[in-house]
Amino acid sequence: MTTKIKLEHVSKIFGPKPKSVIPMIKQGMSKDEILAETDHTVGVYDASLDIKQGEVFVIMGLSGSGKSTLIRCFNLLNKPTDGSIYIDDEDIVKYNSSQLKKVRQEKIAMVFQHFGLFSHRTILSNVEYGLEIRNVPKEERREIAMKNIEIVGLKGYEDKYPDELSGGMQQRVGLARALANDPDILLMDEPFSALDPLIRREMQLELLDIQERLQKTIVFITHDVNEAFKIGDRVAVMKDGQVVQVGTPEEIIESPANDYISEFIKDIDRSKVFQAENVMIKPNALVSLKDGLNVAIKEMEENGISSVFVVDRQRHLQGIVTIDDAIKGKKEKKSLEDVLSTDVTVVQKDEYVNDLIPKALESKYPLAVINEEEKVIGFILRVHVLAGLAANDVNESDEYHA
Amino acid sequence: MGAFPDISTSIGDYVDSFVSFIDTTFEGFFDFIYLVASRTINGIDDFLMFLPWWLFIVLIFLLGWYFKTVVAGVLYSVFIFLIGTFGLWEDMMTTIAIILTAVIICLIIGIPIGVWMAFSSRFSLVTRPILDAMQTMPSFVYLIPAIFFFGLGNVSAIFATLIYALPPVIRLTELAIREVDQEVIESAQSFGSSRWQMLRKIQLPQALPTIMAGVNQTTMMALAMVVIASMVGASGLGEQVLVSINRIDIALGFEAGISIVFLAVIIDRITNGVANKFQKHRGVS
Repeated sequence: MTTKIKLEHVSKIFGPKPKSVIPMIKQGMSKDEILAETDHTVGVYDASLDIKQGEVFVIMGLSGSGKSTLIRCFNLLNKPTDGSIYIDDEDIVKYNSSQLKKVRQEKIAMVFQHFGLFSHRTILSNVEYGLEIRNVPKEERREIAMKNIEIVGLKGYEDKYPDELSGGMQQRVGLARALANDPDILLMDEPFSALDPLIRREMQLELLDIQERLQKTIVFITHDVNEAFKIGDRVAVMKDGQVVQVGTPEEIIESPANDYISEFIKDIDRSKVFQAENVMIKPNALVSLKDGLNVAIKEMEENGISSVFVVDRQRHLQGIVTIDDAIKGKKEKKSLEDVLSTDVTVVQKDEYVNDLIPKALESKYPLAVINEEEKVIGFILRVHVLAGLAANDVNESDEYHA
Repeated sequence: MGAFPDISTSIGDYVDSFVSFIDTTFEGFFDFIYLVASRTINGIDDFLMFLPWWLFIVLIFLLGWYFKTVVAGVLYSVFIFLIGTFGLWEDMMTTIAIILTAVIICLIIGIPIGVWMAFSSRFSLVTRPILDAMQTMPSFVYLIPAIFFFGLGNVSAIFATLIYALPPVIRLTELAIREVDQEVIESAQSFGSSRWQMLRKIQLPQALPTIMAGVNQTTMMALAMVVIASMVGASGLGEQVLVSINRIDIALGFEAGISIVFLAVIIDRITNGVANKFQKHRGVS
């Protein structure tokens, strides 16, 4: 994937002489000390990020951590005090005002926490705004606006005013307005924080849905860990104006960079972040059909397990055999095929733990995990599901005997 | 003793010679203004007098109905009819013409100044005390330079009225533009609006309800000034009030006075109604 946005040592300081403060931070003075001594507020300090084309990049932090300040640097609503911001390899900090206007008109659009709608304009002319200031002809911009109003599911509301719509609908207008410009980059500043939980969940899913179709590069700000991990391909965690960790949700949960992040992710709903792949155990033993009962029994005894998956040559699952059935079958001179149980629940490797819980409860055998080619890549016991919800390191659990 | 020592600064004299200086130096300029202002007043006055009396009453009813309620419309037309029965129809029209002219000039001067103040804190800082002075100086004082520049008559009245009625529209324009929601401004910026597009498409429309409140205040102050301005020869209802004082004519005084009250109520309610219409749909952030 190519890099779309690159931030290099971006700092934003508020106050009468912001540049003068940079050396003080370099000497290691804290945000509070600088505020007390110089009356300057450090919004963001030394943020370096690398955002890929087409990814949903989430910046997460508590209020006051500088995340809203940072996102406003991406389209220079805040001009960084120091550092460079490259969009498609061009440093936009160095742009003059007409170049900047062009980038804002064509490449970046923003969605705001409190929607930022123009209350004196109808929904249609709100959505048209970005096109209007680019002097797109009336007919054409109407058509584009209507298309985007339809995408966000507000068809029929185009002649209403923002105050006649609910919060969720207003944010859809905000989204449609940003999409109408057909930007490469979508900046979203806590877009769903002002909405109630039900609507928020709905909007999150819809955003992912729209993203799947349109493949924008999205920079998304939130203070909600669950939201961040749900929609983010990668997440940056901010604290006191600095980026403290960047990684995929799984990476951050599995190895939080410091106590602050551990505290932050403490109440994350892990079942919605971890997938089957993250909690499964790679099998030590797999038995092929033609290996026969003796081999199966030997494998189980050697590995100290009570059941084993039976696969064909392509590692496609055939069934499972337990140690009891195998010994009984051997006594009765049966073949492996006769004692094979095909009643195995199969799960995809990217299924969330949340969805595995009921399956694990119902199945009397371990769950078999398969990849895209339907090859068996691991198994999951009930205890693994539980461990996935609680422990930091799933694989440390020793109890993988059924 | 408590007497003040014999020190005198005669600032008044300086102001006097300053005003004379301006008067002689910019004579052509003042003549031009005189011409424009008197033409405007006479034009509006002639137009109002050209309207059949019943049509004017119907117009007032329609305005009241549209911006307020049917009852209000009926009430306002009754007021206007009553003023007619006092024999003050023509005076009322002249008064309306003076007020309209003053308000139009106030808006033409006041809104750009207000916008500038909103954009430049330094300009705002300088302008504010001047606005305070304009509002607190006894309004009679403005009549003196007015006579100097424009002689006796309606134009002097307009000049004095302007100085007195200008501050509210300037102040409220500044306030309105400054108070436009920050996120709305940011979102307009994020789409790459130019400064002019921002002002025209976002800030002014968003500010309009508050600016209209300023227009309402300015109009009411202009009306209040009408009586005072009659001392420099403004015609209209104010002149009748002045005449009644000189003659100690209670009947005329009451009729002219109550006519001004009627006019005040109508103008206030209608401009207020206009402001409320604009307010609709602008409640959300």
